[in-house]
Amino acid sequence: MKKLENISEDRKKYLRKMKLRKNEILCTQIFIVIAFIALWEILARKGIIDSFITSQPSRIVKTFMNLSSNNLLEHVRITCTETLIGFLLGTFSGVIIAIILWWSPFISKVSEPFLVILNSLPKTALGPVIIIWVGAGMPAIIVMALAISLIVTILEILNGFLHTDKEKIKMAKTFNANKTQVLTKIVIPANIPTFFNTLKVNIGLSLVGVISGEFLVSKGGLGYLIVYGGQVFQLDLVMTSVIILAIVAALMYQSIVLLEKVFVK
Amino acid sequence: MEKILEVKNICKTYQAENGEIESLRNISFDVNRGEFISIIGPSGCGKSTLLSIIAGLENKTSGEIYINGKIGYMLQKDNLLEWRTIYKNVLLGLEIQKSNTPENRKYVEELLKKYELYEFKDKYPTQLSGGMRQRVALIRTLAIKPSILLLDEAFSALDYQTRLMVTEDIYKILKNENITALMVTHDISEAISMSDRVIVLSHRPATVKKIYSIDFEMENRTPLNCREKPKFSEYFNLMWKQLEEIK
Repeated sequence: MKKLENISEDRKKYLRKMKLRKNEILCTQIFIVIAFIALWEILARKGIIDSFITSQPSRIVKTFMNLSSNNLLEHVRITCTETLIGFLLGTFSGVIIAIILWWSPFISKVSEPFLVILNSLPKTALGPVIIIWVGAGMPAIIVMALAISLIVTILEILNGFLHTDKEKIKMAKTFNANKTQVLTKIVIPANIPTFFNTLKVNIGLSLVGVISGEFLVSKGGLGYLIVYGGQVFQLDLVMTSVIILAIVAALMYQSIVLLEKVFVK
Repeated sequence: MEKILEVKNICKTYQAENGEIESLRNISFDVNRGEFISIIGPSGCGKSTLLSIIAGLENKTSGEIYINGKIGYMLQKDNLLEWRTIYKNVLLGLEIQKSNTPENRKYVEELLKKYELYEFKDKYPTQLSGGMRQRVALIRTLAIKPSILLLDEAFSALDYQTRLMVTEDIYKILKNENITALMVTHDISEAISMSDRVIVLSHRPATVKKIYSIDFEMENRTPLNCREKPKFSEYFNLMWKQLEEIK
């Protein structure tokens, strides 16, 4: 980094322009959100849209304020716990399976068609089966999250492993590295970026699995609230839950980004 | 003279889906301590395969190899690991061979100091120039104290200018540390400029066509200063014709 006094006039101008541009984008984004909310509120108040069906921002805020009466926090906690467990299980077992498949090209070749089919199969179709097998409760929801994220994890990580620079592996072998050393010294560290990309995809997928699981099991969590709210026509509750869900998803994603920043410099 | 490497009647036949490919036929030669030997030949003749076989990375079909000591191997690319610092990169070979001891680390630090890389030891490979990276790769190989160094087109990934400088650098380091070297290259002048002997291989299946002894009869010979000698072009023409004949 150059020191400030060494910056030329043109450079300063350029930097100022870049900063201005950034601010413009941010302001426009904030404006869109505010305008959307304002329009929604006004249209609902004027009776142009039916707030019974669309809900309205002020009522969402009210529902949000009455967190305790709806037990909202408890539902958020349930969803987050399920997502985290599903996410950790999916990532952990996915990485382990990917390592096994990398280790044994035979097992990898044998399992390839099965993985491809499982990957393209919509896992929510397995929902009823899962509920019958593990019972209608938290375990079923976690299995659902696992089913959705596991195959993608395996395929992504394995793909990264297999595309590790062959020359680097050869280099390690010139020092007589055994397979474990190739794995721990070359393949795994070379794939840390792949790993974090997979985490980012996975946290979203786990949440999809949890919400669709909650739709089916209907005992607790934001997914349950959404289904329940829809059935009793409490659109305020549905909208509030969706917004909280969006915030939860964004927070989880950002924490992975943060984790990546700490690990990858 | 003490033999560091003896290659006897090496044959190599590949099994591929569409048939057998005979790559090497009856290759034999010796390398003495302190020598610099180059192997040249038409592209695709199996030069690199021969090196891989000597290093034990590939199996031979028949023949025998005797090595007196440890082998160091340098590839075309420096293959520095970008997630490790220079110092950690240099220690990789020692780590793999489980000999990352304080004495060996001290030896590595001396090498880094001697070859002007010590101040960069906490930097990452992307912060270094191509020539410096190649030097780091060499030190990584020297760290395991090999008795013979195999160079597989080790400089061909560099641009011409850097390449001349790096060959000069590496040659000096090798002579300094008294390291025996066996280099595979497709560049005739690179082979002449660095070697004591040049082995010319034929087309596939590769056989030893001829072995040239290179002697410039000068003191403090380096890859750069011997290029100015009239003998250099004589050797060049000889080998050029030899390779043309093979074609």
